[in-house]
Amino acid sequence: MELCDKTIHDLSGMLAKKEIQPSEIMKSALSRMEKTGEFASFIKTFPEEAMKCAGEQDKKALKGSLSGIPVAIKDNMCIEGKGTTCASHILEGFTAPYTATAVQKLLDEGAIVIGKTNMDEFAMGSSTETSFFGNTLNPWNKDTVPGGSSGGSATSVALGEAAGSLGSDTGGSIRQPASLCGLVGLKPTYGRVSRYGLVAFASSLDQIGPFAKDVEDAAILLKAISGYDAKDSTSVNAEVPDYPSQIKNGIKGLRIGVPREYFLEGIDNEVEACVRKAIKDLENCGAEIRDVSLPRTEYAVATYYIIATAEASSNLARYDGVHYGLREKAGNIIDLYKKTRSAGFGDEVKRRIILGTYVLSSGYYDAYYLKAQKVRTLIKEDFSKAFGEVDVIVTPTSPTTAWKIGEKTDDPLKMYLSDIYTISANLAGIPAVSLNCGFSAGLPVGLQLQAAHFNEAVLLRTAYAFEQMNDYHKKRAFSETAENQVKYY
Amino acid sequence: MEYEIVIGLEVHVQLNTLSKMFCGCSTKFGAEPNTQTCPVCLGLPGVLPVMNEEAIRLAVKTGMAFGCRVSNFCKFDRKNYYYPDLPKNYQISQYDKPLNMGGSVPIRIDGQKKAIKLTRIHLEEDAGKLVHDVCGGSGVDLNRTGLPLMEIVSEPDIHSPDEAYAYLVSLKQGLRYLGVSDCNMEEGSLRCDANISIRPKGTSRLGTKTEIKNLNSFANVKKSLEYEAKRQEKAIGNGERIIQETRLWDAAKEKTISMRSKEEAHDYRYFPEPDLVPVILEDEYFKKVSGEIPEMPDVRYERFIEEYKLSGYDAGVMTSDKDLADFFEETSKQGADPKKVANWVMGDFLKEINTAKISICDARVKPSALAMLIKLIDKGTISGKIAKDVFAEMFASGKNPEDIIKEKGIVQISDEKEIEAVIKDVLKNNPKVVEDYKSGKKSASGFIVGLVMKASKGKANPKLVNELLQKKLDEL
Repeated sequence: MELCDKTIHDLSGMLAKKEIQPSEIMKSALSRMEKTGEFASFIKTFPEEAMKCAGEQDKKALKGSLSGIPVAIKDNMCIEGKGTTCASHILEGFTAPYTATAVQKLLDEGAIVIGKTNMDEFAMGSSTETSFFGNTLNPWNKDTVPGGSSGGSATSVALGEAAGSLGSDTGGSIRQPASLCGLVGLKPTYGRVSRYGLVAFASSLDQIGPFAKDVEDAAILLKAISGYDAKDSTSVNAEVPDYPSQIKNGIKGLRIGVPREYFLEGIDNEVEACVRKAIKDLENCGAEIRDVSLPRTEYAVATYYIIATAEASSNLARYDGVHYGLREKAGNIIDLYKKTRSAGFGDEVKRRIILGTYVLSSGYYDAYYLKAQKVRTLIKEDFSKAFGEVDVIVTPTSPTTAWKIGEKTDDPLKMYLSDIYTISANLAGIPAVSLNCGFSAGLPVGLQLQAAHFNEAVLLRTAYAFEQMNDYHKKRAFSETAENQVKYY
Repeated sequence: MEYEIVIGLEVHVQLNTLSKMFCGCSTKFGAEPNTQTCPVCLGLPGVLPVMNEEAIRLAVKTGMAFGCRVSNFCKFDRKNYYYPDLPKNYQISQYDKPLNMGGSVPIRIDGQKKAIKLTRIHLEEDAGKLVHDVCGGSGVDLNRTGLPLMEIVSEPDIHSPDEAYAYLVSLKQGLRYLGVSDCNMEEGSLRCDANISIRPKGTSRLGTKTEIKNLNSFANVKKSLEYEAKRQEKAIGNGERIIQETRLWDAAKEKTISMRSKEEAHDYRYFPEPDLVPVILEDEYFKKVSGEIPEMPDVRYERFIEEYKLSGYDAGVMTSDKDLADFFEETSKQGADPKKVANWVMGDFLKEINTAKISICDARVKPSALAMLIKLIDKGTISGKIAKDVFAEMFASGKNPEDIIKEKGIVQISDEKEIEAVIKDVLKNNPKVVEDYKSGKKSASGFIVGLVMKASKGKANPKLVNELLQKKLDEL
């Protein structure tokens, strides 16, 4: 196994024993990147800078929990001196003058950023097909999508280009690509991780989280990025548990709920079979499986697309050609706005800006935005009630495995429905994790676990228990030797 | 037909905070363009606002002082509109739940007290400033972007341009007493838009209003309202309909001009600002802020009349500014006669302050020194005339009057024997004037006083000179 295919905790162990040096890990990752270019994980890479940084770490005592670890960052998080495009034409030429808090926290732990990853434009999409820079391919099958919007962050880890990565999750944008790429992807509680420096899509839903090869890595990354930040008023001043040390505590007696509303129509048979089998495994670990109800689940997608687009229409108003980024030539200010925004945004972004503008408009506000906020409260209530009965809620992450590139691009509604299982966690602000629970026709199936606010530890503990009973997390999508090449698993 | 004028004013004041409303940038006026900015107030991708608690405190203080219902729940909304001076293309403001509702501003007009009702006072951030004809085009200075503003909206409760003027003066006085704003119209820390309509006297339905913008002084607010009231009356008299519109005040031509073409129906698409969590204010907080509210000018005005027996006019001037009122009161408390203190403050003190263009706090003359000066005049140590020169010296050097008098040897001669000797000399040397007096020309005595004063180099106590001279003349 190449170094770049190893987990963070394995690499850290080897570094600690001085069996390897940071530059060896980096060499391995960069050499992998040279072979995996066609998957298009990245919008921009920094190989020389990363190599130099690793070389410097060779000479130093390594103190951080992520020293020498190559990481990839979704291109909607700012890093000082680097471009931040959000995979949009409109931010062309924009260089961030500051670093996002979550990224800074990784850097403080010694992580080395190797590149900024591809995504759906402004994180609007579920397949990484709306990127201005072209789409990213699923490492398990090049004809399929990697999911989205954090598709590049997912593939970078699945391909071994990065040992871990950061994505952002507004309606499933970490969990769904993690599911489609066979990774652990975690969306923390709203307020657990600072949003400062994350380019806003929908402010009340956005949250940064990690992609990792296994649960322990996810726990290490989550611990590194969590915590209160005075620069983000919505970040919560609550103690950050030592997640990695708590994952092995077992789930004996843990109450796990299965919401009946998540297994109705639209779910792929094999996906359902994998998830049912996973639930059985959890039961075999000593958990108590219970039936729960989240009755307002059917309203989640509609509610989400009103709130998220409303906030987006306002958040994206600043890209107007006046202050930074793309500017189209025009004779007056109104034309400047029109031409720049027409040229700079892709169709999906425009669609959502128009939708969001509409639902906030005078005369429609009460019927749409206000109503959606009320339903959001009811959805939160559903979860509060359910978490009175159970500790963890288990569901599929995505109704299907990865689909063919282009299959849903002409049908936005179909695309929106692919987030049906992930959206509620964002509306409720609760933490949720996706992990690989099997394969269907060679493509990974994701298991989603959700818990009450700030209960990431129980999610990780449950996920770890499941991982111990299976070896899905040990599968790698990409192998350098032909005979080991995983095609259709 | 007789018409009644109905005016409502919208006043924006910049709060006296060190840093901006949602970032740490300085609020200092007059810096080079775009030097007081950061990623947050520039609205760069990924930034988040963080509430300046001081701005909330100042707004709460204002609300409490003007008798508003102050909410214990402070939340913000986004007001969405595109303008190049607004980098985010939305302004963080307060929409459906302003911090302060109701309340009133006291005014006094023609000796009558009246309270102008307020609709609301809310917090919002300022926009930048467009600068035209620079570097071959237009530029934007974002130093002002994100400054904390308080918007104070009055009810349509003002019924003359004079009342509007009195309202602005009283509001400004109050805000300055509270220390919440400089209210400096020249620097833009106070801005005012006026809404005006007219209706037949005795009716209650509001007429169609026009909004007047571009008002750069209280005097112009008054003038523009006078103009606009007449314009509307004339238009209605001619059978025209008043159009609801924004009109610009042209101070040079002294008229309002329609901005017609620019008017579009705005839909600001307000919604709660998701980047800021609502602030809940506790009872303890209100108690603390309430303790910081000084005696307000209108209350102080009445107390000065009552306690110091000042005239209405004097009390008005003394309470027009908190520092001035403090100065007056402190001086009076040092045992000087309040009426005399008021005269000195309104006279020499303010004259010197205005000439030197300094603030009252920066004056080197302290209340104790002025009180001492007044007492020295009362005691007859120096004359009122000399006191003026002494005061000028006090103002320039900050020395106390006793030291100045000692240094310059200008102590008044109050020794009767000494004065009598001078009088004797003068009478001896001016027999003709004495003759005049004796022959019935009583006014000659004044002339003799002048001669005595001159002979004493102005140091003789004039009161004693008068008394002693009269005695002497009577003896003749």
